[in-house]
Amino acid sequence: MTERIKVENLYKIFGKNPKSVLKKLKQGMTKDEILQKTGHAVGVNNVSFNVHEGEIFVIMGLSGSGKSTLIRCLNLLHKPTAGNIFVDGDNIVTYDKQQLRKFRQEKIAMVFQHFGLFSHRTVLENVEYGLEIKNVPREERRKIAKQTLATVGLESWGDNMPHQLSGGMQQRVGLARALANDPDILLMDEPFSALDPLIRREMQLELLDIQSKLKKIIIFITHDVNEAFKIGDRVAVMKDGKIVQVGTPEEILTNPTNEYIKDFIKDIDRSKILQAKHVMIKPLALASLKNGPKVAMKEMEENGISSLFVVDKDRKLQGIITIDDTVKAIKENKPLKDIMKQDYSTTSPETYVQDLIPKASEAKYPIAVVDDTNKLLGVVVRVSVLSGLI
Amino acid sequence: MSEFPEYLSFKFGIYVADIVNWLIDNFESFFDAVRDLILWFLLKVDFALHWIPWWIIIVGVFLLGWRIKKLPSGITYALMLFIVGLFGLWDQMISTLSLVLTSVVISLIIGIPIGILMAYSNRLESFMKPLLDGMQTMPSFVYLIPAVIFFSLGTVPAIFATTIYSVPPVIRLTNLAIRNVDKEMLEAAHSFGSSPWQILTKVEIPQAMPTIMTGVNQTTMMAMAMVVIASMVGAKGLGSEVLIAINRIDIARGFEAGLSIVFVAIIIDRITQGIADRFRIPE
Ligand SMILES: Nc1ncnc2c1ncn2[C@@H]1O[C@H](COP(=O)(O)OP(=O)(O)OP(=O)(O)O)[C@@H](O)[C@H]1O
Ligand SMILES: [Mg+2]
Repeated sequence: MTERIKVENLYKIFGKNPKSVLKKLKQGMTKDEILQKTGHAVGVNNVSFNVHEGEIFVIMGLSGSGKSTLIRCLNLLHKPTAGNIFVDGDNIVTYDKQQLRKFRQEKIAMVFQHFGLFSHRTVLENVEYGLEIKNVPREERRKIAKQTLATVGLESWGDNMPHQLSGGMQQRVGLARALANDPDILLMDEPFSALDPLIRREMQLELLDIQSKLKKIIIFITHDVNEAFKIGDRVAVMKDGKIVQVGTPEEILTNPTNEYIKDFIKDIDRSKILQAKHVMIKPLALASLKNGPKVAMKEMEENGISSLFVVDKDRKLQGIITIDDTVKAIKENKPLKDIMKQDYSTTSPETYVQDLIPKASEAKYPIAVVDDTNKLLGVVVRVSVLSGLI
Repeated sequence: MSEFPEYLSFKFGIYVADIVNWLIDNFESFFDAVRDLILWFLLKVDFALHWIPWWIIIVGVFLLGWRIKKLPSGITYALMLFIVGLFGLWDQMISTLSLVLTSVVISLIIGIPIGILMAYSNRLESFMKPLLDGMQTMPSFVYLIPAVIFFSLGTVPAIFATTIYSVPPVIRLTNLAIRNVDKEMLEAAHSFGSSPWQILTKVEIPQAMPTIMTGVNQTTMMAMAMVVIASMVGAKGLGSEVLIAINRIDIARGFEAGLSIVFVAIIIDRITQGIADRFRIPE
């Protein structure tokens, strides 16, 4: 994975004399102290991260945590107080006006929370705007704008004015306007927050769909955890201007590094993000085909369980035995093979917990997690799926 | 009776007079150039307006009123103009129109750029605001003094005074309109790498247009309000008719001229307001 954006020790302080405040901040004063003593607002406080080729990088955090400030530093709508931002190796912070305009025209585009559409221009003219700024000839930019409008499903709306469209459609125009420029990087500041939940879900899917074709670098801001984990390849959690954790949704969910993040993800609907591999546990015990029922019995008694999965020497899953059958087998001196049953369910490690719910509610035994070669990787205990106590 | 002590005196006016004299001495050619420019423009406008046959003007106003407002408005405006003609004041009305039009055009040429600069600079705004307040509370007669000093008598000082009197609304509203352009829209424009000029011409001015047009309407109305006063320095037109009527206590003539001014003002107001409404952008 090539690294395309690299942000190093970025600071943004709002106020009359940010440089002097920067010193105090570095000396360890907190954001609140600085606001009280100096009247400066700390937007971004020593933030570093990388973004890779083709990645959707989500920045999430509560209101006022500095998300908008951070994303606006990336196209220099806010000039950072200190720090570096490398895009393909170039430090954009040092750009002069001319270089900056070229960078914005060619490499990066932004989608806004309240769409930021030009109300005096038609939908098509809005989409054309970026190309017009670049002096693309009229005919050509018309053509590109129409094509882009079609990719967001609004080909027949070009001649309308923005106010004639619904919120969801307006944001599609915002997205088309950004895409028409064919930027490498797409910045999206809470693009779906102003939309109602149904439209929002639709837009999320559409974005993922578009991304699977275009493979841009997307930096996406949200304060909605579900949205962050649904869309993000990696997620950065911000608090008080700092990034407190970066990782894949799974990493953050399974290993939240502090209370703030735990709080944050409390209200998330985990079943939609977690997969079988994240919630499976190692079986407490296994029976091997070469062992007899007595050994199996002992294992069950020792671990206080009423069934055992049976595997061969390569750990390939063969079947399951219950404690009742094992007792009989010992009496009648039968091998394990004869009492083995096949009425358990299996799942792949990538199956979402959500999709395990129907299986789990019917199953008599834990669900076996197996790979393509039927090797037993672990078991998912019914109760953890059903109660959501993962 | 209490009297203010005579020994406490400060003859401020002397210094102002000095400055004005100094200006006249040193910038005579400048004032001459301004006079020539204004005169040249006025003559063109006046010639054009006098050249158009009267009935075409009436039909034109009828059509404008109809298209911009509605049919009865068009008929009313046309009728008003016709009555002015019946009063025998057509020629004077055209002169007044040329004066107003010239002043308004100059006001816009000066006012819109100043308004834009004010929107860009907080410092200029805090300097201009009290100045504009002062200009608007100052009795309009006062503007005649520098006008006459710089340009002597005639139509040019009348236009000068009218322009100064009527320019504040368009400055004020241009400033307000540019400052009120939606922040996110501006961010969007910047995020595409627009140059300052592109931002101004492609986003700010189109967005500000409805409000600027309201400013144009107000400026025009203020210019109309100046016509009688402007005639005191020698401008011909409906204003001078009123002035003459006052001097002669000629009620009939004064009434006809006064009514004509009111008619013209109403027509201009409604039509420019209608045009301003056309520019309004639905949100
Ligand atoms: N232009 C500005 N001038 C002064 N302070 C600012 C400015 N912009 C942001 N701030 C301050 O910076 C901090 C971070 O604000 P920011 O808008 O980045 O938060 P956010 O995470 O985007 O919040 P939200 O979810 O509400 O959009 C806040 O304390 C805010 O008051
Ligand atoms: Mg924000």
